[in-house]
Amino acid sequence: MELILLFISFVIVNNFVLSQFLGVCPFLGVSKKIDAAFSMGLAVTFVMSITAVASWAVNNFVLKRFGLEILEYVVFILVIASLVQLVEMFVKKVSPPLYRALGIYLPLITTNCAILGLALLISLKEYNFLQGLVMGIGGGIGFTLALVLMAGIREELEAADIPEPMKGAGITLIIAGIMALGFSGFAGLIK
Amino acid sequence: MSSLIISILTMGVIAAFFAYGLSIAQKKFRVEEDPKIDEVEKALPGANCGGCGFPGCRAMAESIVAGKSKPDGCPVGGQETANAIGKILGLKVEKSERKVAVLMCRGTDEAAKIKADYRGIETCYAATIVQKGNKSCSYGCLGYGDCVLACNFNAIEIGKEGIPVIDREKCTGCGMCVKACPKHLLELHPISRKFFVFCKSLDNGKTSRANCKNACIGCKICIKGANNEEIVVENNLSKINNIEILNNEEAMKWVGKCPTKAIGFLE
Repeated sequence: MELILLFISFVIVNNFVLSQFLGVCPFLGVSKKIDAAFSMGLAVTFVMSITAVASWAVNNFVLKRFGLEILEYVVFILVIASLVQLVEMFVKKVSPPLYRALGIYLPLITTNCAILGLALLISLKEYNFLQGLVMGIGGGIGFTLALVLMAGIREELEAADIPEPMKGAGITLIIAGIMALGFSGFAGLIK
Repeated sequence: MSSLIISILTMGVIAAFFAYGLSIAQKKFRVEEDPKIDEVEKALPGANCGGCGFPGCRAMAESIVAGKSKPDGCPVGGQETANAIGKILGLKVEKSERKVAVLMCRGTDEAAKIKADYRGIETCYAATIVQKGNKSCSYGCLGYGDCVLACNFNAIEIGKEGIPVIDREKCTGCGMCVKACPKHLLELHPISRKFFVFCKSLDNGKTSRANCKNACIGCKICIKGANNEEIVVENNLSKINNIEILNNEEAMKWVGKCPTKAIGFLE
């Protein structure tokens, strides 16, 4: 039960993009087409799940044992960068179509702050292995949800009559703000 | 001191672990790529300008090798690049004519009237946002030089008359200026074509004439004498349809007829 709550919490209530404002760069950059947004979301979900497990393992088995919590940031970035590389090679070998669909987004995830944020949050909240994994998957799905919603709105916007100075980044940021307001309505759902 | 050593050691071990893992993965998951892609990429100009529609020269090379794009698809490299790529792939390359950018406006400082004193940011884009610019003609060139900035090859400069002058030798036809112009006045045309209607104004004749001396006023004089539908007037604007008859003596007749000199040859 607790795990289900945790899952919902990170999909909706503590949505990485709209409540914690992590990973806003891909949220604005890759939300022009629903297909691309969904691919990006999948890639992030995938990497988040693995990162959650790996960073938890490194944190608990290595860093805490030697009392090196100060090295968290550096080590997590190392872990994420290596994992993304590994995943990229793996996907390229196993499924070229998926590799092409993910395209440039996969390497971009290396520098995605939502992933680093996830790793740091897991260590900050002292989650156990299972909680970390659920948080990773939930966070990824929440990210995908936000991205796909945004892409849907932006596809509709193509046909809308937007005032000239607000076209492009302007209207996108305004929509992001309104969506964040909407999601803040879920705040009381789970503590 | 000991904590320093421990942290260095730990980081080293973790890094080595991942490096080792990656190197194993690299061998295990190695994917053979067509070596032709690398060769074609070398043959391309390598400017990554995006003129071909792909994000970079690498993507273009992949597409050419896969047979999805033509070897002469690179607008910057021109015939030489196309030949080089054709050699690599063993394909014959048809001669394609070089395209260069042409400005479809003769609204010089002298010819076009100014409706307001614009003192904002000096780019065409910014000026367009404010009431479509400071010239009376809302279709005309503003001359702030967004195309000059967009050009990676120094082929455009703002001339003495206040509108861009394109160096047809330097122009590679990459199309960056075409995208940059907020008025859509720049177009890519084969280098041999020199005969154009240098106006994009869709205003009615009276307004066009009042706004600019060199505007097409839709008077239809050019249609008379021209049989077929070689040249038509649509939306108050003359439009040349039949490209075959360009450059011949026939064209000269129209140039002579046009009262505003909107139809003419490139100098």
